[in-house]
Amino acid sequence: MSLLEVADLQTEFATRDGVLRAVQGVSFSLDRGQVLGLVGESGSGKSVTGFSILGLIDPPGRIAGGSVKFDGQELVGASEERLRALRGKRIAMIFQDPMMTLNPVLSVETQMVETVLAHEKVGREAARARAIDALGRVGIAAPESRLKQYPHQFSGGMRQRVAIAIALLHRPGLIVADEPTTALDVTVQGQILYEMQKLVREVGSALIWITHDLAVIAGLADRVAVMYGGRIVEEGAVEDVLDAPAHPYSRGLLDSVPANNAGGRRLNQIPGMTPSALKLAPGCAFRERCCYAAASCGRMPELLAHGARRVRCHFPLPAAAATA
Amino acid sequence: MPEALLEFRAVSKRFVKRLDIVERLAKKLGAQVAEHTVHAVEGVSFGVAQGEVVGLVGESGCGKSTLGRLGCGLHAPSEGDVLYRGISVAAGGGRRPPIQMIFQDPFASLNPRMRIGEIVGEAPRVHGLVGKREVGDYVADLLKRVGLEAGYARRYPHQFSGGQRARIGIARALAVKPEFLICDEAVAALDVSIQAQVLNLFMDLRESLGLTYLFISHDLGVVRHLSNRVVVMYLGRVVEIAATEELFDAPNHPYTQALLAEVPRIDRKRRSFVPIEGEIPSPLAPPPGCHFHPRCPRAMGRCAAEAPALREIAPGRWSACHLND
Repeated sequence: MSLLEVADLQTEFATRDGVLRAVQGVSFSLDRGQVLGLVGESGSGKSVTGFSILGLIDPPGRIAGGSVKFDGQELVGASEERLRALRGKRIAMIFQDPMMTLNPVLSVETQMVETVLAHEKVGREAARARAIDALGRVGIAAPESRLKQYPHQFSGGMRQRVAIAIALLHRPGLIVADEPTTALDVTVQGQILYEMQKLVREVGSALIWITHDLAVIAGLADRVAVMYGGRIVEEGAVEDVLDAPAHPYSRGLLDSVPANNAGGRRLNQIPGMTPSALKLAPGCAFRERCCYAAASCGRMPELLAHGARRVRCHFPLPAAAATA
Repeated sequence: MPEALLEFRAVSKRFVKRLDIVERLAKKLGAQVAEHTVHAVEGVSFGVAQGEVVGLVGESGCGKSTLGRLGCGLHAPSEGDVLYRGISVAAGGGRRPPIQMIFQDPFASLNPRMRIGEIVGEAPRVHGLVGKREVGDYVADLLKRVGLEAGYARRYPHQFSGGQRARIGIARALAVKPEFLICDEAVAALDVSIQAQVLNLFMDLRESLGLTYLFISHDLGVVRHLSNRVVVMYLGRVVEIAATEELFDAPNHPYTQALLAEVPRIDRKRRSFVPIEGEIPSPLAPPPGCHFHPRCPRAMGRCAAEAPALREIAPGRWSACHLND
């Protein structure tokens, strides 16, 4: 059995302009020690999927259906008490902005010790030792003195390390990371990716890495799921999907990355723009921007096996023709 | 090299944080307080030739945005000179050079209370480029040129997506018929597929209007694609200048090498990340000598004592590193 099984997850938000269906039937599973890259552009539903797994959807949003099974336990509809016992202990989340996780008026020590004590009955000194150890493991020099400091005394990259250290305090089975390196510089991003990779290998946690950056996914992930319009459109091993995308959207996305184009030439672009989740026409969400669209695309394609991967398309690209 | 259109000559820019009243009082009473000085840009010299696209890369705090603002006269240099066709940009008072700037944040750089028609049409009207009555047609033309519908002129910024706002920012810059565009992270806030559309627009405009660009970005992939030459900055100083392909094929400066090694690439799957050590030091207290030496894997005793000069190591190729001696 997989560690995490998400089946037909549906999350929606009630807005003044109607119900916004941000996630519409997302299904995937994740094994221990596996890294899944969840990619998509703004509004594709990738972050909402991550938040839904931890039950972090606040009204006017709600999980409208589907199931999230973590280690055999159903999380959709679970009591807040049970979710709180899991969050931070067995499932941890890392956010894009570390200041979302860190309280600016409490010292790092207070926050880390609190996290330990919230889930385990240990002494304060033992909790402090755990915190120092965790800070050291994410590559923070002189952890003992830095523990006494406040978040504003840390740089952006260091804050993200603290947030990661807090997430790792209980050696969680699953970590959901939502764009944790997007706001960071390239060299700092490299350091964080290095630490994450090392820690995931040591602890054996499963990791969901949510990002719009395909290049980060290529380096880090084992598997990748591409989202568009609230649905997964393609999912498979990172080599398969990134080298020979079968869905026209994944293909278009990869082709529009400058590194995949000859220098100085026009980039291959996807025409049009991401549709609003409020006004999605029935059928394939991508069909208005797709050069392969036909009448049958007015019917929503299923996410079906296509070789070793799954693709949601009536006309998946053959592997040979899909090399850019 | 042909004569430069825009030229930076030993330009430095310092920002000084003055003492507030409490600190002044504390100082009078004998406390150890001093004014903070940030050397945002330190002795930068390079030129951008007509029709060229020069990429300016570096990490946060390296001074690339400050340099961009110096280039179009939004900041006056503390030392040195910025010249456009041989005339000082910062002279002020007289005619402004035909340089326009495109900003990073398409949300913050458009006035939410103005219609698109006013945002785009105000500057050319004020500068007398078009008469009051022709403004409407002029704006419609500009909007079409950047791939928007002419009817959008009546709408407000909040009615547009990020990509459309970026296009509006470009239309506004083009409205005063510039020869030179300084793009400060102009595509950083956009999604990949929208970013490709806007980059294509930049390339089309360059061809049809004969524009010259200084393209500031932290995204090396974008810079590699667009630029003829690349300038790499670290903590206020230029560390390397080279033709794009040369720089990416064989970076000379250890910082450039590290930067290129760090960039995630789609063709490098399931790699093991090997980071460079340390963080970018604070520009308030940069390390002595070569700013990069505390993080440099090949630092020598000399690097801590003496700042390396930017020297031409091959035709058109400049690097500031003692290893080249």
